[in-house]
Amino acid sequence: MRLKLTVNGDEREVDGVWEADSLLTVLREQLALPGSKNACEQGECGSCSVYLDDELVCSCLVLATQAEGRRVVTVEGIATAAGLHPIQQAFIDSGAVQCGFCTPGLIVAVHDLLARISNPSDTQIREALAGNICRCTGYEKILDAVRVVAWQRADGAA
Amino acid sequence: MRETIRVTTLSQALEAKREHPDSLPIAGGTDLMVELNFRTRRPEQLLDLNPVAELRGFTVVDGMLRLGAGLTHTQIVHELAGRAPALAQAARTVGSPQIRNRGTIGGNLATASPAGDLLPPLIACDATVELASARGTRRIPVAEFCTGPKRSVLDPDELIVSLELPLAAGPQEFSKVGTRNAMVIAVCSLCVALDPRARSVAAAIGSAAPTVRRAPEAEQFAAAELDWDGASPLDARVAARFGELVAAAASPIDDVRGTAAYRRHALSVLAARALAWTWSARCA
Repeated sequence: MRLKLTVNGDEREVDGVWEADSLLTVLREQLALPGSKNACEQGECGSCSVYLDDELVCSCLVLATQAEGRRVVTVEGIATAAGLHPIQQAFIDSGAVQCGFCTPGLIVAVHDLLARISNPSDTQIREALAGNICRCTGYEKILDAVRVVAWQRADGAA
Repeated sequence: MRETIRVTTLSQALEAKREHPDSLPIAGGTDLMVELNFRTRRPEQLLDLNPVAELRGFTVVDGMLRLGAGLTHTQIVHELAGRAPALAQAARTVGSPQIRNRGTIGGNLATASPAGDLLPPLIACDATVELASARGTRRIPVAEFCTGPKRSVLDPDELIVSLELPLAAGPQEFSKVGTRNAMVIAVCSLCVALDPRARSVAAAIGSAAPTVRRAPEAEQFAAAELDWDGASPLDARVAARFGELVAAAASPIDDVRGTAAYRRHALSVLAARALAWTWSARCA
């Protein structure tokens, strides 16, 4: 079947979508957007996190056809033409990226957190990122990166 | 799989279910997509309920909350914390933000898991569920919906339309045991709800029997022992006995998440604490 949706601000049409495909499969295999990672395919790891109509979701758990006519933003849509998003830069500066596999999902999840709560407490950060698994960093550097962005924003720098 | 049936109204959805009773309804997809991704379920047809406006949102009429089956866990957390505190607490323990943004209350019930987190609060609060088909509508207690693990009274041509429960009549608590604060299937769970005006106590046990169930002996014992006329603090012996009676009402099994003995013990601890928390909130 044919699917029409808006991805990272662009209207896209995809032909040959299989009815049981997930949104993640369509993003990676048909829209050439491999930023969203395919790991667990059961919503456990968060590495496929994207926005669906402004809501953070696991794209592996969204039936592709349910995205018909809706707006999707992936990690590729977070960076700007000017370069990395401040959240991405903070991840690099804080050592929050090791193997990097979980990073795209975390970037989108942190983007969503900071859009809702500009200066989150540690408890709020942990609750917001509970669905994103990282096996390298031990999470402390990731928490540092979130705090850095929140501080930068409070200073008007980001 | 051949197709996804597209509907935009409830009557179209019910008509589609009449014509295609084997079609599988999908709303948030947080359970179903796992089965599709792993090819453990290969339905001929899916029925997408996302566009059906009648299933969204909630209303309050005459002290009763009517929750559309499509209400998400996130909406429950944000909008019902004051009106249905135990339900909101339970919704907050489900999965992660990503899962809570998609998963719905109707889906949590339809899955009919004994570990369904929303079921203990719904059953403790005497909630009812509205089931509809092209033949008509029926309303049954949520306590009678599940008949066993993953089994329910839902007929092949029926859909879950809404749930109804009274606004909280008093303090409520939901507790859940798991290996993390997020992303866990309950080892066991418990909801305790007080109704100070009716002088009653409700207790519903999750993940420790084939279906979520009440603990009537524990409820009657606590209702008789609490100092409803005054505000005496909860006697530790009453709390402990309540815990024993809640544990005795369960019929848990040994499985990968825990042993039956651990579940019984954990339930007795959760119950004693929940009674103490709700009673001190009642006396505050």
